[in-house]
Amino acid sequence: MIEARNLKKSFGAHRVLDGVSFSVEKGESVVIIGASGGGKSILLKQLIGLLLPDEGEVLIDGESLSDKNERELLKVRSRFGMLFQGAALFDSMTVEENVGFVLRREGKLSEDEVKQRVAEVLDMVDLSGNQEKKPAELSGGMRKRVGLARAIVYRPEIVLYDEPTTGLDPIVSDSIDQLMLRVVERLKVTSIVVTHDMRSARRVAQRILMLHEGKIYTNGTPDEIFQSQDPIVHRFVNGISKAKAHGF
Amino acid sequence: MTTLLRNTVKDWITGLGSIAVLCGEIVGSLFKSKIPWRDLVYQIYFIGVKSQSVVLITGAFTGMVLCAQTYFQFHKVKMDTATLAVVSVSMGSELGPVLTALMVAGRVGAAIAAELGTMRVTEQIDALRTLAAHPVDYLVVPRVSATVMVMPLLTAEAIAVGITAAYLVGVFLLGIDSTYLWQNMYRYTGAEDMLIGFIKTTVFGAIIAVVGCYKGLTCPQGAEGVGHATTESVVYSSITILITNFFLTLLLTRLLQGE
Repeated sequence: MIEARNLKKSFGAHRVLDGVSFSVEKGESVVIIGASGGGKSILLKQLIGLLLPDEGEVLIDGESLSDKNERELLKVRSRFGMLFQGAALFDSMTVEENVGFVLRREGKLSEDEVKQRVAEVLDMVDLSGNQEKKPAELSGGMRKRVGLARAIVYRPEIVLYDEPTTGLDPIVSDSIDQLMLRVVERLKVTSIVVTHDMRSARRVAQRILMLHEGKIYTNGTPDEIFQSQDPIVHRFVNGISKAKAHGF
Repeated sequence: MTTLLRNTVKDWITGLGSIAVLCGEIVGSLFKSKIPWRDLVYQIYFIGVKSQSVVLITGAFTGMVLCAQTYFQFHKVKMDTATLAVVSVSMGSELGPVLTALMVAGRVGAAIAAELGTMRVTEQIDALRTLAAHPVDYLVVPRVSATVMVMPLLTAEAIAVGITAAYLVGVFLLGIDSTYLWQNMYRYTGAEDMLIGFIKTTVFGAIIAVVGCYKGLTCPQGAEGVGHATTESVVYSSITILITNFFLTLLLTRLLQGE
């Protein structure tokens, strides 16, 4: 369904992605792990055409994104939903307006139907009754849940999550994990999650890819990754810094 | 030194090219996409209604000071009653549009750049793109359309208030005969003077909104980036307005007045 072919991206002299290739099948839940600043979010943005690679291409159902202009990409993106690291809610709008944004722009549903759909999806993310609040009135976890509601309200085929649990306490992180699993189960979506939260990765992944030094270093099931004896993978998933590994 | 100069010229040309592309996108969007009426009305309110106090105060005091200065010079050659004619022609074709544009650039251009810049650094513009909304259609077109629509109205207000304030100063403070003052103003002020002013202000409106949107959409990351974008928006649009004004004066005066 989604195929990344030899993606390369540099910012100035710093090469962030150095030939990333992988594919994701329909209905799969894939988690991409890797160090902070290692290019995971850049990779995610390339998958949806928000950033273009310097080299390589992304194919969605065999169709390359590289030769499309912004307006053509908008059509492709309507198949995607994305939860941003900081939720990226429109701060001039209420929760209800944020979640119903796409439905109102499409204009296919009546105002009552839009409100009904927004209420349903807010109920799904356990935020019923918060329709009139502004993003500034919400906690970090609530903002992420509204961001998720906005990403799934138009029933996309693929949902991308950029660090969904970063900056949240363990209880709220757990609730976000449960939500991601609920979305996969109820909406049968393909999901790609970028995270360095290992507990979250283990819970939501069917397959884990590890990004290391600009390349996919390893690719396997959660059990394979967490039991790996490879020193780089072992250190990362168990949170052991180099200094500690050398006994300092 | 040569490298620095080369990079500066390269950045300048790239910036101009990007603004030209943005203008193309705006024109394309006007024909291809539905205008978001709700946002357009809100922008008309924000840019037009909310700018009135600034524009009216600027217009009034510019008219008053222009009247006083003109009177002080004209009084020496016994041309007191031509004072309001000078004020009306100056306000109509030059000071009204330019000062209104500079005030709106400071208030609206900065607000546009800051708002879009903040949206960019908080990934709200990326969020828009993932929600299949083109930032030009949703953010830029309502702001540019609203600014172009309200600028002639704001300028008309500034001109009217400036002339009225000048009349009041001339008659009640400087003691000029009111009948001759009005008569000479009508005699020497042509419709083309006002037309020149309205054409100019429409162009200035487009400059303010396009520069503000461009600076916001290309804002560097972080609070510092938003600050730079806001400052540059005001500085670049003000300079562009002053330069454009000179060339528009030459062009429009030749075209409309045949001089």
